[in-house]
Amino acid sequence: MMNCQQATRLLSDAQERELSLKDRAALKFHVMMCSGCRNFGKQMDTLSDIAHNYAKGSDSDGAVQRSDDERHE
Amino acid sequence: MNSESTPVSQPETPGEDPGTSHLTDPTFLKELRVQMLKFATLQLRDEALAEDAVQEALIGALKNAASFNRRSALKTWVFAILKNKIADVLRKGSRMIEASRLLRDNEDEENLDALFDTKGFWQVDERPAAWSHPMKSVKNDHFWRVFEACLSGLPENQARLFMMREFIELESNEICETLNISTSNLHVMLYRARLRLRECLENRWFNEGERS
Repeated sequence: MMNCQQATRLLSDAQERELSLKDRAALKFHVMMCSGCRNFGKQMDTLSDIAHNYAKGSDSDGAVQRSDDERHE
Repeated sequence: MNSESTPVSQPETPGEDPGTSHLTDPTFLKELRVQMLKFATLQLRDEALAEDAVQEALIGALKNAASFNRRSALKTWVFAILKNKIADVLRKGSRMIEASRLLRDNEDEENLDALFDTKGFWQVDERPAAWSHPMKSVKNDHFWRVFEACLSGLPENQARLFMMREFIELESNEICETLNISTSNLHVMLYRARLRLRECLENRWFNEGERS
């Protein structure tokens, strides 16, 4: 079975490229059994969302709130 | 909701639209500049280049400021322009990390290996926890300070690649071409950056105040 080190690498790579069918299947199986990697996977998306917010100048001053607060036209 | 149509400091020009008035509000403008400069300097590592990018972005923003009546919307727009300016500078490669230095960035490999046991499974106390409502944090100033601290705790090159990818949103292949590094090299660096960043955020934020 795939270990956590391999699984987390794939979870990060999934942000960059399409994983092969084989990798996806092995990963799915691993993540089903491993809560740590399951959390890690979710955090990859969160990290990306956080970074995008940061790059929008988000802060408490009328924090940038994504879609409802975009250009208003 | 209610603040939507309340321009902040509206002097004797009632016809002036609210978006423009944000950019003429000295306090807002000053804070915005500081924040933009910090953002640009982080990625360009050069104060003069950062100044130029910020200046150009602000001038560009002024032209369109009329279409915004909320500060946050204006800010999003200004940062979008700034991101484009930074991307241009990065693409021109005037401040590029030499590939050779990137490849030498192995100092933290051992550190990261310590996250896993000898078979490559999580060490019990390193196993990622669930983050509850992580996106609530983006409205918290303290969170951003923690985020910045974690970012600057990364090895320099990892931080820069992460920023190119996730802040400036350059495509992987674009980064590789500009820096002349292989895709697998880029992916490994991004992987390490993410491993570290999530660990830092979990230890210093999500496991701390956030969780009760």
